[in-house]
This record gives sequence, C-alpha cells and structure tokens, in this order.
Amino acid sequence: MTTPIPPDDHRTYPGAHAPDRSWRLDAGGVGIAINEWGDAEAPVLMCVHGGADFSRTLDVFAPLLAAGGWRVVAWDHRGHGDSDHTHLYSFDADLRDAVCVFDAVAPGRPVAVLGHSKGGAMMTTLADAQPYRFQRFVNIDGVPYRRPGPDLAEHQRATTLRADLDGWLAHRRRTAGNSRKPGTIAELARRRGAMNPRLSPEWLEYLVTVGAKHDSDGWRWKLDPSMRMGGFGPWRPEWALYRLAGVDFPFLGVLVGAEEPMGWGTRPRHVEPYVPATGRLEYFDDLGHFIHIEAPDMMADLVLEFLGDPR
Amino acid sequence: MNSLDNTPSSTDTVSSSSTVTLHHNRVELALHHVRDATGDAHPLLLLHGLGEHTAACVPDVVSSWEGDIWGLDFTGHGASTLPVGGGYTAEILMGDADMAVDHVGTCTVVGRGLGGYIALLIAGARPDVVHGAVIADGPGLTGGSTSPTSQAVVRLADAGRTPDPYALLELGRDLRPADYALDFVQMATSASHLDEPLCVAAAFRPTWLDAVAGAPGVAQVRLPEALDLYR
Repeated sequence: MTTPIPPDDHRTYPGAHAPDRSWRLDAGGVGIAINEWGDAEAPVLMCVHGGADFSRTLDVFAPLLAAGGWRVVAWDHRGHGDSDHTHLYSFDADLRDAVCVFDAVAPGRPVAVLGHSKGGAMMTTLADAQPYRFQRFVNIDGVPYRRPGPDLAEHQRATTLRADLDGWLAHRRRTAGNSRKPGTIAELARRRGAMNPRLSPEWLEYLVTVGAKHDSDGWRWKLDPSMRMGGFGPWRPEWALYRLAGVDFPFLGVLVGAEEPMGWGTRPRHVEPYVPATGRLEYFDDLGHFIHIEAPDMMADLVLEFLGDPR
Repeated sequence: MNSLDNTPSSTDTVSSSSTVTLHHNRVELALHHVRDATGDAHPLLLLHGLGEHTAACVPDVVSSWEGDIWGLDFTGHGASTLPVGGGYTAEILMGDADMAVDHVGTCTVVGRGLGGYIALLIAGARPDVVHGAVIADGPGLTGGSTSPTSQAVVRLADAGRTPDPYALLELGRDLRPADYALDFVQMATSASHLDEPLCVAAAFRPTWLDAVAGAPGVAQVRLPEALDLYR
C-alpha cells in the first residue's frame, strides 16, 4: 500500500522541475498519464520516452525546451510511470496509445515530435504510418539497426535463442501476482544505475522519488513487474531503420558513441544510407544513450536550433 | 470429414464444471476438459483458430483419440479474459499454451489456423512435453507480413465480449518470417525423441508454413494420419 513519503526521502536535482500540468487520458480503457511543461498555448512538442523510462525522466530536459517557447507534452507509456498497468503490452499497443495522445493534444494538425530510444523507434514507425501528424522529428539514439548483444556465429545463435525463450517463458509463468522488490532510495538508484551507468547517483535518486512509489515496506519502481527487458518475437529492430528513408519532413537524428546496456550501438555508417534528403545526423562520440540527461543544455540548444522559431 | 471446424455458437459452450482456470499474468485462461480418456493414451490438447473458441463437443476428426482431450481458450477468446486495450502477439499466446501444457503434462497438440502456428511455437519451446504438434487449416493460419511494411495504427470500439476485436486485428497480421518459424522447427526437432515431432496437415500453406513443411523432421500427412504418428 502506498504511504506518505518520509521527510528525509525528498530529493531535488539542479535544473529539475516538476511538470507545469499533469492530466490523464482514457485511451480505449487504458489510463495514460500525461505531463506538460511550458505555456499551454504554445506550439506543441511531443516528447516520447524510451523503454523502462517514464515522462518524468524529462524533468531537466523538458523545461529547457519549454523555455524555448514550446508546449512540451510527454506521456507515460502503458505500464510505465503513472499510466495504467494492463493485461497486454506490445509495440502496436504503444503506438495506438500514442495516437490517442496526439488526437487529444493536437487533433488534425501536425506537430513537432521528439523520441528517445524506443520512443524514437515508435515515432519512426508512426512517421511512416501517419506522416500527417509530423511537422519536424527529432530522434535521439532511437534508430536500431540490430538486436542488442554480441554478433554470434550461427551455431551459437540457436543456443542463445533457446536461452532467451526459456527465460521469457519462465518469466511469464511466474509473473502473475508479482510485485517489484522494495528498497531504499539508494537501493533503487543502484539497481537502475546498472542500466544507466553514466548517470549520477544524485540524478538516479531524484528519479526514484518521481518514478517510484513509497509503500509501507519501502520504495518500488512503478514499472509493471510483468514487463521484461528484451522481449521475444520475430520483429527485427532494423525494420524501424528502413522506414526512416521515407520521411519527407525535417528530421534530426542523434547518435552516440559510448556503449551502454540500454543503447543500440548504432553508428552513423549504419544509418547514413537511410537518412532522408530532409534530414541530418549528429554524432557524439563521447556521450551515451541518455545524452539528453548527460548533456541537457547542449542537447536542448541543438534541438531548439533544429526546431526553429516555434511561432 | 477432415476438419476440426466445430466451433460452437455462443450458447454452445463447454460446461464450466469441466473447466480449469489458469493464471497467465493478469489473464484468466479457460482450459476445458472436453472429454475423459477412453483408454490409456496421453492427453490431446486442442488449440482453436483466430476468432474461435474451444468446441463443446469433441470434433469428429479427433474423436478416436483415447487419452483425455483438453481445449484451451486463448487470451481474448471464449471464456478467457477479455483484455483492455489490446496488445496481442503470437508469443503471448505461446505463453497461454505453455500454461496449458504445464497443467496437462505430456500431450500431443493439435492446432487449427492460428492455433496451428501456436502449436509450432510451443513444440519448439517445450519439446520435452509436447509429444507431437499438428498444424491444421483454420482461421488465422496466414498471419501478417514477413518483412517491414507500413503499419496501420488502428483504434477499435470495445466489443465488450470475446472474441476481442483487437485479437482479430493484431493476431491476423502478426509477423511470421519463415526463418523465425524455422527456428522453432529446429528447437523442436533437435530436442524431441520423436523422428518427426511436427506434422503439417494443412492444405493451405502460407510462406512460413511452406518453409516449415519442407524442413527435416516435419511430416506432411492429413489430420487422421497425423494423430496416428503420435498415439
């Protein structure tokens, strides 16, 4: 049961601001939590988070974009943050929820869109399926070109597939009634640090206070425990990359060089053949997958310059 | 008659007293005990096609089976939970089937249409428990694209009952690349004690199934003969 946050468990972080507005949307029976920063009457900039993330991870980056004159709108994907936990999760379902948010925020008109990681792949897919929703598109390290993990010889691939399948089915068998492991703020921050090794403990502890809930036995991440990193299925990550080539509006792709567990390891040579004539690619060799958190001022300047005058 | 097509009307459901409820995450799955064993054979597990549910009566074509006969209603079908907001994948239904074989134990799996594809997946996933899997004609056999295509993002009205319209939409177009299907053939044939742990009994063979039918360790006979392989 969720309990009040103890006074010692409040955290702040330099430059972090809670959303200016928070509201919920009924997306076909699934409650989607939406956070906004900036003037409610300003032009819309949709920001789409990555897998296992949530919209409050934008608490530093979004206010910088809002200061540039944008109404920044971000939502928690189903099962993430403050959105509902549901029976089923899929890329299709995430796209459908996204369309509900677009229809509620900017019905019938194109808007600026920014996606990070899985959010970038989602928006690349949506840009191909429903291009009329896009005015300009920023994709931050969300252009996959292969499955994460090492390249394997064919004889090793079968063994890896068997292990992946066994792990996935074992997870499905035990997930009914599961809950996330409770802990202190520092413990949850350390766990997340394994996936976000380049982010500071101070930031990760701040994230706990906006992305976890406080129960009587400690803090728990809000992410649905039935969700599992990696997934299993026939989808090829690089298929999102192929769709990029058809984009016909201004596009900015950002890639990074530092290897991280959550990153795709995509390099400019993988993407350049598919960058549309209306697009450009920026590469930062010494920054990681969460470049907008590592270097928020630089990234905000880059994005605002690309987006141009919001009016 | 060489068909499992015995889908009942909405009033022709399996008696609840013979139904076991299995919990797959937040979904309650209805696993129907369709008929008691008439001999000492191992059980038969029936997997229905897309938009169908377990028939109340044993289909003629499998009526000679002497073991217990079970039928699983997939998520969003029959008496199983109607999820909110869709999100179906064939892999989730493989998880449904995994719950069923965990309950039934060693069994032969006969799948119709979509259920045939799931029979292939579970045969690859649990080759030690699945004593032969038969892929038969039925709704949802084809699936969707085998390569990247433009993807329609569609919102549907809540029907309030099974079969879930999102199941019909999403499982009718789920990706089925041939190499992915062949991965499951390889997992089934390399670990099963049967020479031919898979059998293609379908007359219609979409790309993925054509690849499966041509793989080593896969029999190609009609359904009555397929059952003889696994008795």
